Amino acid sequence: MPEIALRKIVTSVEEIFHEGGPPVATPPRRAAIMAIIHNPFAGQYAPDIQPFMEDLKPLGLAMAAKLLGLLGGAEQIEGYGKGAIIGAAGELEHGALWHAPGGYAMRELLGDARAIVPSTKKVGGVGARLDVPITHINASYVRSHFDSMEVGCNDAPRSDELAFILVMSTGARVHARAGGLAAKDIKGEDGLR
Amino acid sequence: MKAQIRKIMVTVEETHREAGRGIVPPTRKAVAVAVITNPYAGTYQEDLSLLMDIGAELGELLGHKCVQALGIKPADAQSYGKSAMVGEAGELEHAAAILHPKMGAPLRKEVEKGAALVPSSKKMGSPGQVLDVPLGHKDAAYVRSHFDGIEVQINDAPRAAEIMVAVAVTDSGRPLPRVGGLLHSEAEGKDGLR
Repeated sequence: MPEIALRKIVTSVEEIFHEGGPPVATPPRRAAIMAIIHNPFAGQYAPDIQPFMEDLKPLGLAMAAKLLGLLGGAEQIEGYGKGAIIGAAGELEHGALWHAPGGYAMRELLGDARAIVPSTKKVGGVGARLDVPITHINASYVRSHFDSMEVGCNDAPRSDELAFILVMSTGARVHARAGGLAAKDIKGEDGLR
Repeated sequence: MKAQIRKIMVTVEETHREAGRGIVPPTRKAVAVAVITNPYAGTYQEDLSLLMDIGAELGELLGHKCVQALGIKPADAQSYGKSAMVGEAGELEHAAAILHPKMGAPLRKEVEKGAALVPSSKKMGSPGQVLDVPLGHKDAAYVRSHFDGIEVQINDAPRAAEIMVAVAVTDSGRPLPRVGGLLHSEAEGKDGLR
């Protein structure tokens, strides 16, 4: 089992008061956490990589817990997303190892989150940035909560590193008015509506 | 068209080798981008229905360009995604109005079916900035081999009063998928998830 060799954690919190329209009483916030770790598969083709997903679970849980701390607890969270940037000596497939542990970690701490966690991933050089998609935690079609957050770090990922990312938001876009399914109308049965 | 288009860019990526291995047939991703005038730049507009109509137009146009660029039948599209980047005189909500209310139906027509949610991202940006378009399986969102994304950037867009709108379509998943989960071949494609 490869060990998780963590080099860096980067967190970022945004608070949005207005965007040209009337300022809102409760500014929505979004937060991201990025863990930069050594890629045990860098520079080689490893056919069997799935055991690493299990190794990543504690890291995912620690990251999700830290995000909740930044945003004030599970009851504040309305949106989420995840992503990965793979250093250039790695492979897109290594980033896909994050799907299970990243999603598991957030759902574990959020309790009953039903929607699929939206995600994106890419291979990138040092300083690469990723636009991590965000959707409502219980119903993917809630239109007011479609959002995203740009995440990056100037010195990562180095070629033999992986950057794993989780993001959460506390509400809708600041002036959401594009219609569609509203958060208050969620049925919450299938994770979609 | 209601959209005032300044530019369209279509890019196709083919991956023939990954991690020292040949990929046969190569995996392919297409992304089509329209740079349009933002009719509401510099103003706060309450009713965004014009942008919603523009979204419908661009869903059809850009979806069609992607399928055309891949040279496939619409039914052979496997995953899709959509994104928009608004110039600095606009508002994130303008991107939402283009992407969410009306773009989906005409885009789905271009790729046939499309039971799954179209994954999306949006942001404000300046000329030359990168936009990451998320990709997911078009009929079953949980197909793990098809979670991916594609990067687009255009050196002169979006200008302050413009919006860059991107649609991506593939005929394949990642080059060497092996993290398990639901397979493309197992997807039922009824509920959009599995």
